[in-house]
Amino acid sequence: MYDPASALLGKAAVFETMAENPAVVALAELATDAKFDRNELTITVARENIVAACEAVKAAGYNFFEDVTAVDWFPQEPRFQLSYHIVSHGLKERVRLRVLLDSRDASVPSITSAWPSANFYEREVFDLFGIDFPGHPRLTRIMMPENWQGHPLRKDYPVEGYR
Amino acid sequence: MAPLAAPDRITPGVEDVIEDAKRHGNAGTGEHSMVLNMGPQHPSTHGVLRVVLELDGEIVIALAPDIGYLHTGIEKTCEAKFYQQVVPLTDRIDYLSPMTNNLAYCLAVEKLLGLEIPERAQLLRVLLNEITRIQSHLVWLGTHAMDIGALTMFLYCWREREAILRIFEAVSGQRMMTSYFRIGGLALEPPMGFFETVQEFLDAMPAHIDEYEGLLTGNPIWMGRLKGVGYLSAADAIALGVTGPPLRASGVDWDLRRDMPYSGYEKFQFDVPVSTGGDVWARYTVRMLEMRESVKICHQAMAMLAGLPRGADGKPGPIVADAPKIVLPNREKMKTEMEALIHHFKIVTEGFAVPAGEVYQAVESPRGEMGYYVVSDGTAKPYRVHMRNPSFATLQALETMCKGRLLADVVAVIGSIDIVLGEIDR
Repeated sequence: MYDPASALLGKAAVFETMAENPAVVALAELATDAKFDRNELTITVARENIVAACEAVKAAGYNFFEDVTAVDWFPQEPRFQLSYHIVSHGLKERVRLRVLLDSRDASVPSITSAWPSANFYEREVFDLFGIDFPGHPRLTRIMMPENWQGHPLRKDYPVEGYR
Repeated sequence: MAPLAAPDRITPGVEDVIEDAKRHGNAGTGEHSMVLNMGPQHPSTHGVLRVVLELDGEIVIALAPDIGYLHTGIEKTCEAKFYQQVVPLTDRIDYLSPMTNNLAYCLAVEKLLGLEIPERAQLLRVLLNEITRIQSHLVWLGTHAMDIGALTMFLYCWREREAILRIFEAVSGQRMMTSYFRIGGLALEPPMGFFETVQEFLDAMPAHIDEYEGLLTGNPIWMGRLKGVGYLSAADAIALGVTGPPLRASGVDWDLRRDMPYSGYEKFQFDVPVSTGGDVWARYTVRMLEMRESVKICHQAMAMLAGLPRGADGKPGPIVADAPKIVLPNREKMKTEMEALIHHFKIVTEGFAVPAGEVYQAVESPRGEMGYYVVSDGTAKPYRVHMRNPSFATLQALETMCKGRLLADVVAVIGSIDIVLGEIDR
């Protein structure tokens, strides 16, 4: 069974134990928090640094962008968490970049300049969570109809019944 | 005709294509383009994909896929279910590879829980996953060939697919929405005669693949329609998030089964077919070889299953983890042991709590990388379930592959990337 004590929490613990890890080396400056839990490395960066962080891990060999999605921690603040999953074909390792957003200003720079494949994923997060991605070439709804009101994956949006 | 103003490699939106076409038509240059709407009800779009094309004669100038027609909010529904209740929802995402979806989700939750799965269950999971891959590739081959005009292939592929669906039905009671995997193992012991049926199927399959190749591989019409069509370079494939057979057909040697093994794939010997062609033909050859490799893996899994030690009573090993608070007890125990009855009642009515945390588990589905991102807040219901589906990303490469080609090639390219709209829209 899972043992919570096996997780490394906090930037100091992770960066000390995993000093050799290429993502850790690449993000030494930009990381604000880190976690190594269940064999998965998560590094938190400030939202204004996300493009720089993507470029840094890309230079470190993490060449393939897999996925970006959001988690809504309503009613906590910061409310939104964005999780970027990036894998390295050479190192055969994955890193998760995490950005935390306040509900009053839910926007994060688009990373389509680093990986064009983020295009549809960012549109999906915009559509279903209402998070803005300045710099995205065409940020429009992708799943829901154009005239839809609200963002279905937010936690204050009911699963069934009337909105 | 002026190229699109947008940055390179970014798939345009429907409105952009229409606006650009208007601009091109009104520029007074004497050039005229046409906007053509293809789908959402179009047999060659394999579901409800709408594609808006700007055409110059028959040449594609720009193309925008419009998706969302099948959006059913599965990710939202998952948040209202217990962990074990999500398994049947995962079948409905990629309805051509239900077992792969089940596996990815179960592995993700097992990772959150830190569960150890018995070897027999792992081997059965691999066996069924590879049979699923063959089944999915058969659907791809049948429909792809039918789009091109080789109608016979459809019936040949459906014949073998029927044999696989019968295997699914025997093992799970369902032909398509199997929901056979459980968090912690498998739902049921395979029925009597299951391994013999599978062995029969596996022995017959290579000859059938030869038969398909005999009908298609040397066929001049087939070659003419596939070779050199829908080219995608390795750099474009990586930049656009393409995974699975289309990525390997572009020359990138990456397969999660071999490179980031899960569920015991590291114990199997198999080759990963790679081609540097980058065109529809390369994707065809890669998938045909993959079917042969899957048969190889299945044979190995069967041999390993037969070689597993049996218990003192002569019965085969367990197919579920030893975790009574997570895995439902068997009916026999429920009727004789109080503890088992309590556990059954608790699991069914309250679910089981999963330690807080987040995991991303990726598996190699027939279409590419299928990843499940599961976030737990420590309760019995997942806080967030997100699926990274291969078709969704691969669709972004459609424009790059079709631009400057004939309209008829668009049909060949859509067939070659093997999209399933259920997993795109979720």
